[in-house]
Amino acid sequence: MNRHPIIEVRNLDKFYGTFQALKDISITVHQGERVVICGPSGSGKSTLIRCFNALETHSSGSLTVDGVDVFEGSKEIRRLRQEVGMVFQQFNLFPHLNVLENLMIGPIKVRKISRAQAERTARKYLDRVHIPEQAEKYPAQLSGGQQQRVAIARSLCMETRIMLFDEPTSALDPEMINEVLDVMVELADTGMTMVVVTHEMGFARKVADTMVFMEDGRIVEVAPPDMFFTAPASERCRMFLSQILEH
Amino acid sequence: MRTFIGRMRWPDYLILAVLVFFFGYIWYTIEGTLNYKWRWELIPGYIIGYNADREAYFANILLQGLAATIRISIYASLLALVFGTALGIGRCSKNLTIRMLARTYLELLRNIPPVVVVFIFFFFLSQQLIDALDLARWSRGIARQEDIWLWEFFFGDMRRFPSIISGVIVLALFESAFVGEIVRAGIQSIPKGQWEAARSIGMNRFQELWYIVLPQAMKKVIPPLANQFISLIKDSSIISLISVQELTYKTVEMVASSRMIFEAWITTAGFYFVICFGLSQLFSRLERRREGQG
Ligand SMILES: Nc1ncnc2c1ncn2[C@@H]1O[C@H](COP(=O)(O)OP(=O)(O)O)[C@@H](O)[C@H]1O
Ligand SMILES: [Mg+2]
Repeated sequence: MNRHPIIEVRNLDKFYGTFQALKDISITVHQGERVVICGPSGSGKSTLIRCFNALETHSSGSLTVDGVDVFEGSKEIRRLRQEVGMVFQQFNLFPHLNVLENLMIGPIKVRKISRAQAERTARKYLDRVHIPEQAEKYPAQLSGGQQQRVAIARSLCMETRIMLFDEPTSALDPEMINEVLDVMVELADTGMTMVVVTHEMGFARKVADTMVFMEDGRIVEVAPPDMFFTAPASERCRMFLSQILEH
Repeated sequence: MRTFIGRMRWPDYLILAVLVFFFGYIWYTIEGTLNYKWRWELIPGYIIGYNADREAYFANILLQGLAATIRISIYASLLALVFGTALGIGRCSKNLTIRMLARTYLELLRNIPPVVVVFIFFFFLSQQLIDALDLARWSRGIARQEDIWLWEFFFGDMRRFPSIISGVIVLALFESAFVGEIVRAGIQSIPKGQWEAARSIGMNRFQELWYIVLPQAMKKVIPPLANQFISLIKDSSIISLISVQELTYKTVEMVASSRMIFEAWITTAGFYFVICFGLSQLFSRLERRREGQG
């Protein structure tokens, strides 16, 4: 694997008013690496990955993503966001646009690609997420699993180099979780750099190169999955794992 | 109708009796004390007149006024939609100065009586604009030409063009404050996730608004905007104060010359009611159909 660092976080703090959501976070993600972040609710997982595409601005410390120094007001942020895809828990598809238009609007309006080219790309990625037949439907007509796959395709259409996932299966009915995870596994096989917040430990075991455990705004543990699941160093992490692996 | 009468109970009869008595009393006062002479038979002639020399019907004073009211309401609501949308966007701006300006405009309009607002807009804005563009001379030029039916279809008597335009501007400025609030509420009702999803694919603030948030917001606010349109038609009577020759102004004129106070005002009230009530029925039917689909 090419070990060229693509996300570098150094001593990052994030405050909401006086509340500190992230405390002295340092982590490096390399190109092609798959990082899975887990931890209890409210531990700052979302806040952290939202910093990676500047949906949140950090308060101090340094953050470099794909060679771009991220700071508030940086002119490079919009270019960076085109390289970094984000998949949300609530899908956030654009309800007034059909599936194809959802996929094409970014490439056309942001990347200024021709309609024909954008449509070719869109259909390619719809194939990739296994719903080519839904191209003309509106988001409200799709199941949750299909919507989330469209959301993944929407990010991919921007030809992103890094994909961020914030609990992509948490809002889904159980029977739809796997269709989304399958797409994500296939995406991992293409060599995409991925940072995934999830509690789907089966998925984590299958694709993760690195496991990260967060609690109370801190990164408590960083380990490769075999070590992480068999011999976690911290007591907190062990307890958390036993809780979520129970069922 | 039968079921309605069948459902009547003694309180209903009592209320009706009081109403009949009340209106009967007013009627009696008008008939007896004022010695008023009703001339309803003349009213149709004030709507559509007959020119005996030319042997042709023509739109008389009330119909002219009605047509002007309809034209002005349509143009003003289109203009108010543009101003109001800009204002609503301004209210949601990240820029503090823009937000404050939009807010100031709204609060001024909310807290100054409409009549005063109309005079201020008229003297300070629309009059200046019309003078600056020399619209009066331009429209007199048009009025002198032959074959101007297209102009007249859209603007009525071209000699009155500047007055119509200032009426439209004043009314639009006035209503845009309310349209702005409706649009602002629409924008704010769109979940934050929509902005974020747009931002994550690299859109700038304008693109997020224009391609993602505004289309959804505008679709949501169609019903309140439709109601605002009805309000605008009613509010349009206020520009009779700046001598725009719409329905209310024409009625004042007609009353002054014919002395048919009651007939004229009742007819005019009927015109407004039929239009506004008709539109509100139409809109709620369309709305129900739209809900049925969605
Ligand atoms: N916009 C915000 N304003 C104030 N506090 C926030 C905001 N977003 C998140 N927080 C707080 O920051 C902490 C971390 O939140 P989050 O990153 O969403 O946790 P997680 O994704 O791990 O559940 C929580 O305590 C949450 O209440
Ligand atoms: Mg979260």
